[in-house]
Amino acid sequence: MRILCCVKRVPAPGARINVTGDGLAVDAAHLGFTTSPHEECGVEEAVQITEREGGEVTVLTLGPAEAAEQLRYAASVGAHHGVLVQTEVEAWDPQRTARALTAAIESLEESGGPFDLILFGNESADSGGFQVGVRVAYALGRPIVNGIKGIETDGSTVRARREIDGGFEVYELAMPAALGVKEGINLPRYPTMRGRLASKKLAITTMEIDAEAGGQALVRLHRPTETLSQTTILGHGPEAAAAVVDVLEELGVL
Amino acid sequence: MLLVVLEHDRGTLGEPGREALTFGRTLAVKMGAEMHAAVIGAGAPEAAGPDAIAAEAGDHGAAHVYTVDSEVLSDFGPEAWGESIALITALVGADAVLACGSERGNEVMAQAAVRLDAPMVANCTDIAPPGEPDGQWSMTRVQWGGSLLEDATLSAAGPALLTCALHTVASSPAKPAPDSVPEVQTVDIDLPSELARTVVKERVVLEAGVTLPTAPVVVGGGRGVGSAEGFAPLEELAELLGGRVGCSRAVTNNGWRPHSDQVGQTGTRIAPEIYIASGISGAIQHWVGAMGSKHILAVNIDPEANMVVKADWAVIGDLHQVIPAISAEIRRRWS
Repeated sequence: MRILCCVKRVPAPGARINVTGDGLAVDAAHLGFTTSPHEECGVEEAVQITEREGGEVTVLTLGPAEAAEQLRYAASVGAHHGVLVQTEVEAWDPQRTARALTAAIESLEESGGPFDLILFGNESADSGGFQVGVRVAYALGRPIVNGIKGIETDGSTVRARREIDGGFEVYELAMPAALGVKEGINLPRYPTMRGRLASKKLAITTMEIDAEAGGQALVRLHRPTETLSQTTILGHGPEAAAAVVDVLEELGVL
Repeated sequence: MLLVVLEHDRGTLGEPGREALTFGRTLAVKMGAEMHAAVIGAGAPEAAGPDAIAAEAGDHGAAHVYTVDSEVLSDFGPEAWGESIALITALVGADAVLACGSERGNEVMAQAAVRLDAPMVANCTDIAPPGEPDGQWSMTRVQWGGSLLEDATLSAAGPALLTCALHTVASSPAKPAPDSVPEVQTVDIDLPSELARTVVKERVVLEAGVTLPTAPVVVGGGRGVGSAEGFAPLEELAELLGGRVGCSRAVTNNGWRPHSDQVGQTGTRIAPEIYIASGISGAIQHWVGAMGSKHILAVNIDPEANMVVKADWAVIGDLHQVIPAISAEIRRRWS
C-alpha cells in the first residue's frame, strides 16, 4: 500500500488565542506549533495500515520552512517520507492550497506511482475551510468521503465508518481513494527515542509550487465579543452539594 | 436569487436545513432577491418526503422549491449531492447558494464548489452581498471552532457558495406566515451512475435514547478526574439526571474514555440545559465544544481556571468529593 497523508502545521493554543497587531494571523510568539489534530490521527492510521499490510507512508505538507518540523514528527511515529511544498506567506486560500497540493501529488505519483489511499484531515484546526481534501480528490479523479472515524482495507477496497447521531454509516470505496478523517479514529502513539533519532535523518523533499489564488481572501482576524459571565460561587467542597441541587431543581433537570 | 440547499436524511428535514432557511431569509432580503430551496433525493418511502419538506421550506420563507431524484440519490452520498447542487445551481441561475455548515453541509458544498470551479466560504456567521465599488461579498466566518472570527471577502465570477455556521441562528418559520405555498418544480438532471461510489453502503444503529449532542444534562470530566475508574461517580450523577458523561481531550488522549465522549473542537458540540464540568481547566479546544451549553456549573480546585471563570456557577473543591456529594443530596431529596 502506498499511502499519502496531507497535514497542516498549526499553532497549539492553550486557554486563549491572541491575534497579531495587523489582524492577519494568530499571535504565535508564545505558542508552540503542532500538527492539526485530525491529521495527526491520519498519520497514525496510515502507519497502522502499513504495519498490518506493508507499504509506505508519505506525509505532505504545505507551509513555511518550519513545517518540516511536522514532517519530522510524522517520521518519528512511523511515516517513511516527507514532502514540503514551501510557501512564503502562511495563509493561502483553500483553492490555492488545493491547486498546489494537487500539483504536488501529481508530481509525486509521476515519479513514484499512484497512491492507493490519500488521507486528509476533515478540516484544519485553525482556518477550518472544510474543502481542501474534497478539491484535491476531485482534481485527481478520486472518490472522497469526509468525517471518517474508522478504516478497514482489503487491498482493493476501503471500508470507512462515519459517525451519525446514534450510530454510524459505512462507505465502501474502490482504491485509489481519498478520505477525510477525524480525531477519534485512533489514539496516536507518542514517538519513541528511536523514532525521534530516525526522524532527524529524514530526507525531506522540498517543492516550490505556486498556484493561482482563489476567490476567498482574509481581511482580519478578531476575537468574538465575550459575554462576561458573573460566576456565582456556590460554595467550597462537598458542603456545596445542597446549593448545587437547588440550582438543578430550579433548572428543572431533576 | 438565493438557493438554499435543504439538508435532509432520507426524506426527513433536519434542524440544519431549517437553520439554513432561517439564515437565508435574512440574506435574501439583503440581496433584494427571492429565496428558493432545493431538495436532493426523494428519501425513504416511509419518510415525510420532498413535498412535506417543500411545504416546511415554504413556511420558512422559500418562494420556490426544486426537487431532484435519481437512483444514486437513494441515500446520502457526498459526490452525488455535490453534483446535484452544481447542476441545479447552473440550471436555475442562482446568484448564491447557501447550506448549513453541518458536517454534511460543508462537505456537499465543497463538492459542488469544486465542480463549479468556484470558491466556497464555510461557516459564516454574517454575510453581506456584493457592494460598490469592488463587487465583492463580505462575510464574517468562524475559525478555531469559534474561538476566533475572520472577516473575509469573496470574489466570484459565478455564484457565491456559502455555508452558515451551525447554530448561528435558531430556526424559526417566517413571520408573518407567507400567504402562498411555494411552487414545487421537479428538475431533470443527469447524474452519472459512477457517483454511487460514495453513497452510504450500510447504516449501523449503536444506541437508542439520549446521546451526547442531545443530552439535557452533561457531566464532564477532565484531567482532574485522574483515571478511567475515576469516572464512576460522574456516571452515577449523569444517570441520576438522565444525562450523559462527556470528557476533555486530555481524557481521551490518556485512553480513559472513548473519543465518542469527547466534548470539544475535535469532538462533540454539546448544547445541554446544564453542563457540569468537573476537573476541566477549559482550554480553547474544549471550550468551543461546551460553549453551546445553556448553563455551566464548574467544579474545580482552581478558582482561576478558565472553566470556572466562564461558568454561571462554580464549586471550588475536589470533584472526587463534590460529585458524590451531589448524587447523595439528590437521593436524599428523592427519598
